[in-house]
Amino acid sequence: MTDQPDRPDRPLSRRDLLRLGLTAGAASLATACGWQGGPLIPALRGASHLNDWVGENVFLSHRHLAHQYPVSARTPEPNFPAYSIARPLPRVADPAAWALEVGGKVRKPARLTLEMLQAMPRVRYTIKHHCVEGWSAIATWTGVPLASVVALVEPTEDARYLRFDTFDANYYNGWDRESALHPQTILAYAFNDRPLEPAHGAPLRLYSPVKLGYKLTKYLTKVTFTTEKPGGYWEDQGYPWLGGI
Amino acid sequence: MAEIPVIAELPAEPIAAAPAAPSRRPLIKRHHGIVRLAHWANTVLLLGMIASGLQIYMAFTHFGLRGGPYYPNPWDGKPFPAWSRLGGWLAGGLSWHFALAWPFVLTGLVYVAYLAVSGEWRSILFRPSDVPRAWQMQLYYLRLRKEHPPQGKHNALQKFAYTFIVLLGALSVLTGFAVYKPVQLSWLTALFGGYELARYWHFWAVWIFVAFIFVHVALVFLVDPASLRAMITGWYRGRFPSHD
Repeated sequence: MTDQPDRPDRPLSRRDLLRLGLTAGAASLATACGWQGGPLIPALRGASHLNDWVGENVFLSHRHLAHQYPVSARTPEPNFPAYSIARPLPRVADPAAWALEVGGKVRKPARLTLEMLQAMPRVRYTIKHHCVEGWSAIATWTGVPLASVVALVEPTEDARYLRFDTFDANYYNGWDRESALHPQTILAYAFNDRPLEPAHGAPLRLYSPVKLGYKLTKYLTKVTFTTEKPGGYWEDQGYPWLGGI
Repeated sequence: MAEIPVIAELPAEPIAAAPAAPSRRPLIKRHHGIVRLAHWANTVLLLGMIASGLQIYMAFTHFGLRGGPYYPNPWDGKPFPAWSRLGGWLAGGLSWHFALAWPFVLTGLVYVAYLAVSGEWRSILFRPSDVPRAWQMQLYYLRLRKEHPPQGKHNALQKFAYTFIVLLGALSVLTGFAVYKPVQLSWLTALFGGYELARYWHFWAVWIFVAFIFVHVALVFLVDPASLRAMITGWYRGRFPSHD
């Protein structure tokens, strides 16, 4: 027989009720309609930064290359979504005058025209795109490894971040240097073996399998190496900063 | 029969017939503080994970590559009501989901570690020998058997449920990581059949959790209300005092 404990047999104590109340309270708060977090938002931001750190320092590896698909696996183009902030689609005013400015904390700032970029060694892959919304789609992208451009401009050691600016309204984005140096991170100028169209970020966009779609900045105008962590259009509104996958 | 030692621990009176003398039942310590803490922490965390997960689902209400065909889903293309969601919009849902995920994993690990170290796993883990006992329990619940089968701390169906739910928790965490890092953890994502299927299994795990929660809570109140107090205070005075 089980030992009889020496303990008064009484209904729930005040402490028990308090505990139950706290639990139930938290549970009902958690399901309150459309609640973003109120006073807990700073804590949520903190957790998100922790996840960024883990994503960059634990999960991210240059040895992990994304699986490549045959061209036949491409998503039918009408089904491949394309987002922009500006409507109608942002278009570069004078394509001949467009060039990518690469500067900031670098030893050799550069101004790269599309011809110069296309003359550099290229990467072409057919990979899966992962959107933060949960959808995925497959396409072929061609471009210059960002690592080649990094090597060209020679950023200083303390330039841990890259800021990407665009002509798509006020869209901008910040990246960690490690993800930028991933061998499959490219400055893409072709989509499914055709020159990039305005819907997909013409004339030049960032592309990579190691980040979610909102990090793959379209309509590029400028790359700036910084010591300060840049924000981002969506990141400033609460999306995870790293967006690493 | 093999159950004899268990029967020997039972009170002399038939359990199912133990009627109006609850105060004469023995008061026993049933749940360690770690188990109770893990249980209630998990209650909050799981509800938060589900609610924020439903918010995330709202951003793309299909499963499968863009262009389809999409996997069968009764909620395909459908929204979930606002009261069931946490975060307000996609970024809010993601923030909550990724913030609660670590404590959720930690709670699960602490609980399983406690079971392993304390030996409590013996009263929880469903084993092949529990299959016929689970069948007898089912007959009892279906009223095809009159007397409550003899049991230890938990009956065989409870063991099945509590073993299954721990595995479901593990499945949720693993499919979660498969969806979270499909490139860096591509081996894990491949294990579940790829990104789209990992997301699909992650979603179905929710509905099994929801079904479990309904049955779990219903049985507490219908069969053994004293177990609620035991999960809060640790002390139990109810119909099933035997511990094996």
